[in-house]
Amino acid sequence: MARRGRSGAALVIAMGTLAAACAAPGSNSPQPAATSAAAPSTAPTCGTAPITMNGYFETGFPLPKALTTEFTKQHPNVTWNVREDQFAVITQNAPRVLADNPPDLMRLPQVSELVKDNLLKNLDGYAKVFGWDKWPASQLEQLRLGPGGRPRGEGSLYALGLNSSMTGIFYNKKLAAKIGMSAPPATLAELDAAMDKAKKAGITPIVQFNGGATGGLAFPLQDLMASYGPAAPINDWIFQKPGATIDTPSNLQAVQHLERWIKAGYFQKDVNAVDYATMMSRFIDGQGLFMFNGDWESGNLDKQLPGDVGFSLMPPAQEGGKRAAMSAPLTFGIAANAKNADCAAFFLNWVATDKRAREIGVEVGGSRPMGPADAYMPEVAADKVTAATLAAGADISKDNGAMDFIANATGAIYAKSWTPQLQKLVAGQQKPQELLKAVQADYTSQLEGN
Amino acid sequence: MTRPAGARASHRRPVAARLRGARGLVGWLFVAPALAFYAVFVLRPIALTFQYSLYEWDGIGPSTWVGLANFGKVFTDPDLYDSLINAVKLIVFFSAIPVLLGLAIAATIRRIAESRLALVARTVLFLPQVIPLVAAGIAWSWLLASTGVINQLLSLVGLGGITRAWLGDFSTALPAVGMIGAWVLLGLCTLLLLAGMSKIDPALYEAARLDGAGPWREFVSITVPSLRQEIAVCVTVTVIAALASFDIIYISTQGGPGNTTMVPGLQIYYLAFSEREVGMASALALVLMVLVIACALPIQWFTKEGER
Repeated sequence: MARRGRSGAALVIAMGTLAAACAAPGSNSPQPAATSAAAPSTAPTCGTAPITMNGYFETGFPLPKALTTEFTKQHPNVTWNVREDQFAVITQNAPRVLADNPPDLMRLPQVSELVKDNLLKNLDGYAKVFGWDKWPASQLEQLRLGPGGRPRGEGSLYALGLNSSMTGIFYNKKLAAKIGMSAPPATLAELDAAMDKAKKAGITPIVQFNGGATGGLAFPLQDLMASYGPAAPINDWIFQKPGATIDTPSNLQAVQHLERWIKAGYFQKDVNAVDYATMMSRFIDGQGLFMFNGDWESGNLDKQLPGDVGFSLMPPAQEGGKRAAMSAPLTFGIAANAKNADCAAFFLNWVATDKRAREIGVEVGGSRPMGPADAYMPEVAADKVTAATLAAGADISKDNGAMDFIANATGAIYAKSWTPQLQKLVAGQQKPQELLKAVQADYTSQLEGN
Repeated sequence: MTRPAGARASHRRPVAARLRGARGLVGWLFVAPALAFYAVFVLRPIALTFQYSLYEWDGIGPSTWVGLANFGKVFTDPDLYDSLINAVKLIVFFSAIPVLLGLAIAATIRRIAESRLALVARTVLFLPQVIPLVAAGIAWSWLLASTGVINQLLSLVGLGGITRAWLGDFSTALPAVGMIGAWVLLGLCTLLLLAGMSKIDPALYEAARLDGAGPWREFVSITVPSLRQEIAVCVTVTVIAALASFDIIYISTQGGPGNTTMVPGLQIYYLAFSEREVGMASALALVLMVLVIACALPIQWFTKEGER
């Protein structure tokens, strides 16, 4: 009896193992066919029959929902079934959701790996019939990918932005007045001087987040990179162009400058424990002069501190130098196997071209809508910080200084490389040169791993 | 079974065997549902994890056979084995503190068992057990923040010099998450040990007291030896909690700053879902499983040995 019991159990285990080990993983999972890029002869629409669109959006960003609500008002046959999640959750779920339960429209993280696995619809056909390829090329550059997802920056279009976000420096006008700063600094040296004055006046120069798995010092760091050097090599690195490196002399100057700010005590002492929400509440509470952040907060800051917040692009190292900024589309894509891909594409086109949609983009989103160069731009009162961020967006286009976020170079580079390295820099446990070398090494190994 | 000799035995045997066989079948029928569940939801995933660990796979696309290379990386990549070392360090906080402190508290509560204070103490101590770990993690990250209650109290008693962002400091982050774990597990240990103490024959204590034993001698010579089983359970549960920790750390530090609080559970999650290295994640998961078993089995074995 005892022997039979044991052999029975062994049999069950063996069967379980066998059942599991039949085929290599991934070989039997549904592989969406590579989508063709042939242009439809006429521009697709949402038709007139009732249709339910499946959306997968990001929690905390009211813009997409405001747009879908307006869209339903204008096209009553279209209703939206929207699921929302935190960005981190979307990032982790994106491949499985796109493969198993393809939404029509989805907020996307970094898209290279999704394209590699054939999970996203190629939008070249839509771009042709809707005329997206006649928009300023820089708007769509970050959403173009080569075959197999690499490199980015050229090739077929795989996603579109609802608008284009950009980072820079927000400053508290009341605190600025206290240290005699009446206009935003025009050079990096002036910015340094303003921080020094603030520190001496007992004002925290910079409120920033750098805790957990999201190193917020990447914002000022990339701004410093933009200040010291040209944007193009950084973009090449983010776009995974062969041979690109982040370990360049001008980037080293940027990290060294950031280290000087840290050592001078311009950040709060507990910056490694501060998360994004804490940073926002501290800035709104007037606990610091500067905050490196993006124009997605313009609308919010106009509401919370009306008239008291200014915005400026990162000043160049030399006076009159070119300006650059982290600027990226609020990326949305269509699943390769989406049921209503045509209607989703029609919606994306509507967001960029409809007058009311563009107004919502500015009022709710706080950023420049994407679209043709001569498209309608809504008026914003001059004292609003939104007006300042919109103007800055125009400057960036003029200087061709848009860069994607250095944290988007690979799927894991932010949480597993930039963040721990920047946290070590704050704690004095990492030197600038070694920081760049370490990030470059992680980058290389992550590219090999994919 | 020894071979029966003669015809008498050969008459009896089929009946007995049939009876045994039927009884065995009924037994299997009773076990079958649980066994099926166990096979599908425990054994199969383990087998699948082992299978995945032999491939390089992003979770969606085609996979590449790499043999045992993933296991090699677990022990050579400093990021990965550092997380294993962190988990071992956490045992001090998750296991040693709750068990030792739990013993002391349980002994104290037992001595004041009749008073209302004992009831209050028991309830308060057990409270962390009914709070979701995520809520505990959030509450503690507020308490430990640079402007949190802990630092306010320290400043109040004149220790303002040592205040810091406990979870954001390289030297204190791991002990700080360890203390959260200790706080959560202390109640469980105390209650288990208290239950064990209530089973000890009071006559033993009486005899000891007649022999002139003080509270300390009672504790060392009667209480602790009688609680061997309960202590073993506490140690096993808390050691496993330390090695398999995830939620508290995910909520309070996400493995930071640097990688000072990175533990295997979190590392597996990052590998599988942000780095999309399902093979590596599976290999690390198996190593963690073996480590847990390697730590838990000797504890069981040791306490059983002692009983003999």
